[in-house]
Amino acid sequence: MTTENLNAGFDLDDTTRAELERAGVIVSSVDSLYNWARGGSVWPLTFGLACCAIEMIASATSRFDISRFGSEVFRASPRQADLMIVSGTVTKKMAPQVVRIFNQMPEPKWVIAMGACAISGGPFKQGYNVLKGIDRYIPVDVYLPGCPPRPEAVLQSLNYLQEKIRTQDIKSDPAFTKGRRQYPVPRFTGTDLEPPYNPEVWQPPANPNAKPLEEATA
Amino acid sequence: MSAPLSHEPVLRQFPDAEWDEVVGAVIVPLGQARALAEWLLGQGVDYCSNVTGVDYLECEVKEKVTKEDGTVETVTRTEPGRIDVVYHLYSMQNKTGPLVIKQRTGRDNAEVASLTPVWRSCELQEREVFDLFGVKFTGHPDLRRILMWDEFEGHPMRKDYTEPFDYEWEPTPHDEILEKHQRGKVIV
Repeated sequence: MTTENLNAGFDLDDTTRAELERAGVIVSSVDSLYNWARGGSVWPLTFGLACCAIEMIASATSRFDISRFGSEVFRASPRQADLMIVSGTVTKKMAPQVVRIFNQMPEPKWVIAMGACAISGGPFKQGYNVLKGIDRYIPVDVYLPGCPPRPEAVLQSLNYLQEKIRTQDIKSDPAFTKGRRQYPVPRFTGTDLEPPYNPEVWQPPANPNAKPLEEATA
Repeated sequence: MSAPLSHEPVLRQFPDAEWDEVVGAVIVPLGQARALAEWLLGQGVDYCSNVTGVDYLECEVKEKVTKEDGTVETVTRTEPGRIDVVYHLYSMQNKTGPLVIKQRTGRDNAEVASLTPVWRSCELQEREVFDLFGVKFTGHPDLRRILMWDEFEGHPMRKDYTEPFDYEWEPTPHDEILEKHQRGKVIV
């Protein structure tokens, strides 16, 4: 963390700032200070779904050492966690539980979709039992591709997230203005989840060639 | 596990059981599975390592039959569909195994005897066969779906299972996905 980041949003010339610092005064905005503190201590949720979880665990080991980036405190309770790393295949059976855990996390909270499966369903996308991406139900901040991503990639995604945190505006960001964000938990039906996605956080990609379901299955 | 478990004592004890040489399995008559399992347990076969199902659709089988006058004729007959429930058994105390036994049942109203009361390790795997193949295990203490959710309809590992059509556009569809792609692009 450099003082440059701390002074974001201030028209403070270098001489004045240096003078103030000599006097033991650091001038910053609340946003910058708060985001700097938040970004430096992101507590992830101890939560793994598939093989990606092994890489996530490896990123916490001494070899890769996620604590260098202030994020080593994996919490076993969603009530104490800031970051949900959706590490692995989200089956349709697991999806309601993932949404429920996200709902239980206090604000501000962030989500990293780790690996091809969490992003889009990956190799299981067109199957009958895997969700086609967790972003259908909860807002995802960083998409981390790979199958599975290496621990270095996990660390880089954390860096991206910290960059994003540093640009958050406390006055307007939904994490600070909307209270605890909670999203509807999907229900099970005979073949799929109901609803298949949450229109508030995800819309199907525009596809000019799309047919209605009845026409396609006829 | 060094020596394989011999099937011959089993056949001596249960004359109605068949030995399938091709697949190397004992085909157990439906009513006798539980008794056979208990007898095996008494013989020291104390561990069931694997339970699975195999689905066979109804198919036509061509067989060469030699008639009395020596001519060979090809006969086509219809083999009815069936589901085999396969158990792989080991003896820990004798260090022998595996012995493969199969329970055979029809595809409609598929029902076999549960061997969970004999080998506890069957419990979850029999539930899995129940979930994915739709085989009912009589005598199972807790027969519920295990992988799919309770409301799920159908049994996905059956060969005639048709999954719901929820294809979503892909840039590079291939094989089965290409067929879905050509059927129509769907917005979920």
